[in-house]
Amino acid sequence: MLNVLCAYSWVNIKFLLEGAGVTVFVSVVSIIISYILGVILGIIRYVNFKYVSAIVGFIIDIIRNLPLILVIFFTYFGLPSLGFKPAPIWASIIALSIFEAMMVAEIVRAGIASIPIGQMEGARANGLTYWQALRYIVLPQAIKNMIPAIVSQFISLVKDTSLATIIVLPDLMNHAQIIYGQNTNYTIPMFIALAVMYFIVCYSLSLLSEYLERRIGRSKAVDPEDQPTNPDDPNNPNNIANLDA
Amino acid sequence: MISIFQNYGGLLLQGFGQTLICSIIALFFALVIGSGFAILEVMPNKLIHGLAKAYIELFRNIPLLVITMFFYVVIPMYIAKISGFAAGTIGLTLYSSAFIAETVRSGIQSVDPGQMEGARANGLSFWQAMRYIVLPQAFKYVLPPLGNQFINLIKNSSVLAFVAGMDLMYQGNVIASDSLRSMATYLCIGLLYLIITLPLSYYMRYLEKKLAA
Repeated sequence: MLNVLCAYSWVNIKFLLEGAGVTVFVSVVSIIISYILGVILGIIRYVNFKYVSAIVGFIIDIIRNLPLILVIFFTYFGLPSLGFKPAPIWASIIALSIFEAMMVAEIVRAGIASIPIGQMEGARANGLTYWQALRYIVLPQAIKNMIPAIVSQFISLVKDTSLATIIVLPDLMNHAQIIYGQNTNYTIPMFIALAVMYFIVCYSLSLLSEYLERRIGRSKAVDPEDQPTNPDDPNNPNNIANLDA
Repeated sequence: MISIFQNYGGLLLQGFGQTLICSIIALFFALVIGSGFAILEVMPNKLIHGLAKAYIELFRNIPLLVITMFFYVVIPMYIAKISGFAAGTIGLTLYSSAFIAETVRSGIQSVDPGQMEGARANGLSFWQAMRYIVLPQAFKYVLPPLGNQFINLIKNSSVLAFVAGMDLMYQGNVIASDSLRSMATYLCIGLLYLIITLPLSYYMRYLEKKLAA
């Protein structure tokens, strides 16, 4: 019992919190970059520029179907051969941003595709250009549909930062491993601390996603749009369950 | 790249096999456990519903690596010695079962409640109605998302590399440090992963379109 209490000494807790700080920093930076990049790529994928969209789509499919650890290795070992040697923290931010941007791009593409084509046609018939219609009519509706899926994608991003310990990113997982590596009695307390810390962050994010889902559901009830698709239908490409977790 | 395949073909094949075996074992048990918890979650009993939801939320919100390392580090210390492969497969099963439970639950809830009520009114018990009326319809709906979960499971199986699970990623690390040609090795590994995941992902997209039409 005493071991358990010693494991949570101030020194250890401070060390864990330092790791948690790195985890949060990597997550936040990656979330911002991958969201911007993902939306741009998703639009390119949807809009059908000649050749460009096909190439982008192919790259998205390839990277989405690789394990994240492999993407981390590619950035960590591949970039130095291009003359740029990133520190582990930047290598993991680059890897996570690229990987999650592909996931977000797929969500965005599915989200835009789920908006009935009549919206675009109606906007064009009213004199808007293609880009105006996309910007003011289609995208606002699509983004609203996509928010829950994107938030759950960001939850897995937070969890996936733990994989970057393989290139010795000094994150929460790594620091916990250092602590229980020095004293094996601290193993179980450290795992409990890890589980609690990750759980708090991820579960609050998933509560946020549920809250957003409910709010969006309510705004739809007030202002019914001609949505032939039911968001809970598992065949709807927008359903979170359909997208990669 | 070709020389990697020539020199280390045996190791690559062994890793490929281990990844496939681990994924299939984990998929089977995750499907069984996940469907079980999905049914428990839609049960009217508040306590059972709460327990099932706690299980699902717990394993959904903790990184796979933490679960796997727990089985690799803690279980051998206190209970029994298990191999890295077993620890990885158990961790992968528990983690995936939570996601599969969420998927199956959304399928069960998308089946019209009238189906369950009609079956109950015709004298079937809750379990009979679930088994013969609701689940067959639910599984038809959730086939594409389940397929996506399977693809995730295969990708996540690379976490076995952390616990010496002898899978494709682990062998990749071994080959990379032996041949000193990390990029070529990881490209080979990526190609082998894509051989499994890419066709599955295109097939699931096709199924989605077919079911939506």
